[in-house]
Amino acid sequence: MLNRYPLWKNLVILGVVLFCALYALPNIYGEDHAVQVSATRGGAITTQTLQQVETALQTAEIKPRGVTMADNQILIRLDSDEQQLAARETLMRALGNQYIVALNLAAATPSWLEKIGGNPLKLGLDLRGGVHFLMEVDMDEALNKMRDQMVTTVRDRLLEERVRYLSVNESEGTIVVQLRTQEDYQRAVSLLRNQYQGYTTELQASTQTLRLVMTEAQLQEIRANAIEQNITILRNRVDELGVAEPLIQRQGQDRIVVELPGVQDTARAKEILGATATLEFRFVDTKNDLRDALEGRVPFGSKLYNQRDGGQVLAEGRVILTGDHIVNASTSYDENGRPQVNINLDSAGGRLMSQATANRIGDPMATVFIEFVATGEKTAEGRIAFDRIEEVVSVATIQARLGSSFRITGVGGIQEAQNLALLLRAGALIAPIQIVEERTVGPSLGADNVAAGLTAILAGFVLVLLFMGIYYRKFGWVANLALLTNLVMIVGIMSMIPGATLTMPGMAGILLTVGMAVDANVIIFERIREEYKAGRSPQQAIARGYENAMSTIADANITTLITALILFAVGTGSIKGFAVTLGIGIATSMFTAITGTRAVINLTWGRQKRLTKLSI
Amino acid sequence: MNFFEITKMDENSPVKFMDYRKHTTWLSIILAVIALSSLVVNKLNWGLDFTGGTLVEVSFSQPADLTQMRTVLGANNFDDAVVQSYGTQEDVLVRIPPREGAELESIGETLLQLLQQEIDPAMEIRRVEFVGPQVGDELAEAGALAILVAMLCILAYVSFRFEWRLALSAVAGLFQDVLMILGVFSLLQIQIDLTILAALLAVVGYSLNDSIVVADRIRENFRLLRKEDAVSVFNISISQTMSRTLITSLTTLIVLVTLFFFGGQMIRGFSIAMMIGVVVGTYSSVFTRSTLALALGVSRESLMPPEIEKEGEEQDVLL
Repeated sequence: MLNRYPLWKNLVILGVVLFCALYALPNIYGEDHAVQVSATRGGAITTQTLQQVETALQTAEIKPRGVTMADNQILIRLDSDEQQLAARETLMRALGNQYIVALNLAAATPSWLEKIGGNPLKLGLDLRGGVHFLMEVDMDEALNKMRDQMVTTVRDRLLEERVRYLSVNESEGTIVVQLRTQEDYQRAVSLLRNQYQGYTTELQASTQTLRLVMTEAQLQEIRANAIEQNITILRNRVDELGVAEPLIQRQGQDRIVVELPGVQDTARAKEILGATATLEFRFVDTKNDLRDALEGRVPFGSKLYNQRDGGQVLAEGRVILTGDHIVNASTSYDENGRPQVNINLDSAGGRLMSQATANRIGDPMATVFIEFVATGEKTAEGRIAFDRIEEVVSVATIQARLGSSFRITGVGGIQEAQNLALLLRAGALIAPIQIVEERTVGPSLGADNVAAGLTAILAGFVLVLLFMGIYYRKFGWVANLALLTNLVMIVGIMSMIPGATLTMPGMAGILLTVGMAVDANVIIFERIREEYKAGRSPQQAIARGYENAMSTIADANITTLITALILFAVGTGSIKGFAVTLGIGIATSMFTAITGTRAVINLTWGRQKRLTKLSI
Repeated sequence: MNFFEITKMDENSPVKFMDYRKHTTWLSIILAVIALSSLVVNKLNWGLDFTGGTLVEVSFSQPADLTQMRTVLGANNFDDAVVQSYGTQEDVLVRIPPREGAELESIGETLLQLLQQEIDPAMEIRRVEFVGPQVGDELAEAGALAILVAMLCILAYVSFRFEWRLALSAVAGLFQDVLMILGVFSLLQIQIDLTILAALLAVVGYSLNDSIVVADRIRENFRLLRKEDAVSVFNISISQTMSRTLITSLTTLIVLVTLFFFGGQMIRGFSIAMMIGVVVGTYSSVFTRSTLALALGVSRESLMPPEIEKEGEEQDVLL
């Protein structure tokens, strides 16, 4: 008998291998130092920006390797990291704060490869260096905020219609409206009953009380919104940091993952990401005496605040505007050379501001900064408890009727102005967030990990090749060819899958598959030896060896695949990387060790009619 | 080339592995008792991933003076810090156990600032990890669940492909593997982190690989060797697969040893766990599982496929 594969089968095998090899190819080109320019909110990258970039680089005498514009980004490739830093400085100065200029590493993949989707492996944070944060959103606070807003809305509505109420308060999640007379009660009922989406109305005529209760659907929606808004805001804040390829993702019910590759100044990153702050603009209460308030007689409806740079301020209870109406904030210098913060509001915010300030020109307005600082303790439900810290960061006199754009002067030094602007710009968080997990890998450790991983893979690989070649002789070298192909295929497939990242445990996984992938060949070769010794002809021994080994190999690999899948399901970050490489490695090793080696053996020995000896 | 005499074993001169099953059972029991008592007495050295807390790895410009570091840390509210050198003389790992109170997540920064000011301004930050206590608990839970689910899935799959006696003994072998690894980790007080969890699951996969190869051969031999009794079928099957078992273990050990020496500190625990796993896994698939399967009464009948006529009958009914 002869051992032969039909031509199409050989071609398919060759095709699959070449296909994977093609996509593994980008990994050998390495990476260029690059600077990446993208626009902040509202901005756009145009050909004009591109010209600006090119002129700026020319004047600074930086010669880029290439400048490309794609996906609303400009990528400038440079020869060295000094040039990279210089280019960033130059561009930051030239472009101003409308653009984000970030350091990046750009794959030096040739353009024809890029066109067919070829990209090098994405490295995990443990290999690239960077920060990983897991943040938890405080849902209770989000709900409280919604209820407070509702209280204000109801009060305003009743005042508008001149319905006199005893009190409108929030108690245990419901809004309780207490009326004075039966007549007022009836009017309030007709005004408020089923008027607000997401609330059901409960009436109690005997005590002239009306309750607005939040529906379950509304609760769900607020939770979903809180996560969504936090993600959006975090994204904006990350933009402020100038990170090239950030990842911001929801995880589970109330958590958000933030990954910032290449970030080294984690303290600043944390300060900006973790600053769970909101803003409120309020009028300063000038009708009442601050001294009375300080002695404990705070007038009804007003509120006493500490000022950040010392002293106290008595402010009116009504909030003119909250931070979520802020569209943009930037710093500049006023006529006298003092720093100022320019604020732009959305149209609704502009209307509110305009209405509120129309008759109050000359009155002082306070900017209240509300921060949530984790106390480190837990609530009864096991959530993290937050302290709400409210401070007045600036008191400014209203000079004119304010519209959708105005400025705050007298905020202190330029640094403080910038900080205020940054926080204003990044918007206000509905619900405070807390970092519950952080993993930072310094750039040197990342590079060390890559080097260590590569050395281990190379050394392990060579040792296994030598062993197989010596022990199984020519057949061993066929297995080695399969092993090499396997490695190329793992790299190729990992590069193809968009979500797959290579991590340190992932590198261990690759090496482990090298060790374990030979198993299939060992099973087959041992079987061939047995059959051969049992007196079968060499060709028969080959055929039977493969046949008999098949189901064993399949069973053995499927169980390993099960564990890889489970690991993928429960693992996070780097462990997921291990599961991915292990899973892919199992699949490719079955292909190369069974089909691949068979094809080579068939081509080499399968056609020889008078094959009398096997080199195994 | 036969430098392993053992590769010559075949059905004509099988090694009577199963004759030693009483001895190996006692060995397994003694080892299990040692592992369990160590787990009870020494407990496991849970790493940051599971306990929560803060970990900082720094690289100083000169060999680090650990005593000085401890004094500095002790004088600055860090008397709970564990300081140890890591890999080289310059690299130091500082661990802070989980604390109560505010500003948990900034402990790392405070610590780094302190070290920079007091010890070495040219210090380099290698790694900072902070895990909140809640997250740690969840990771531990997820890890235990993963191993349990993996074993159940395997039990189901092996029962489906073979039969329940082999499946049960296969899973019992996995228990032994995991127990032995944890026992050694407990005795040597090596830290258990997430990579160890990955290693445990990889060992589960690997060791099972081994026992499936043996089980497959046992099933085949029950069909082929009609005259042999169960014990000798086991002996013959183990002998026949022995060279494969040893060679695969050897190649896997080769890569694990290179991983241990070249793969860097972070992956060292992983390679230790896997090395133990490969050795114990080989032992358990040769002895533990076969012994247990025999004790549970695996026989030719229990492994044979259903009779052909019966299938025919059922088809008739279906038609």
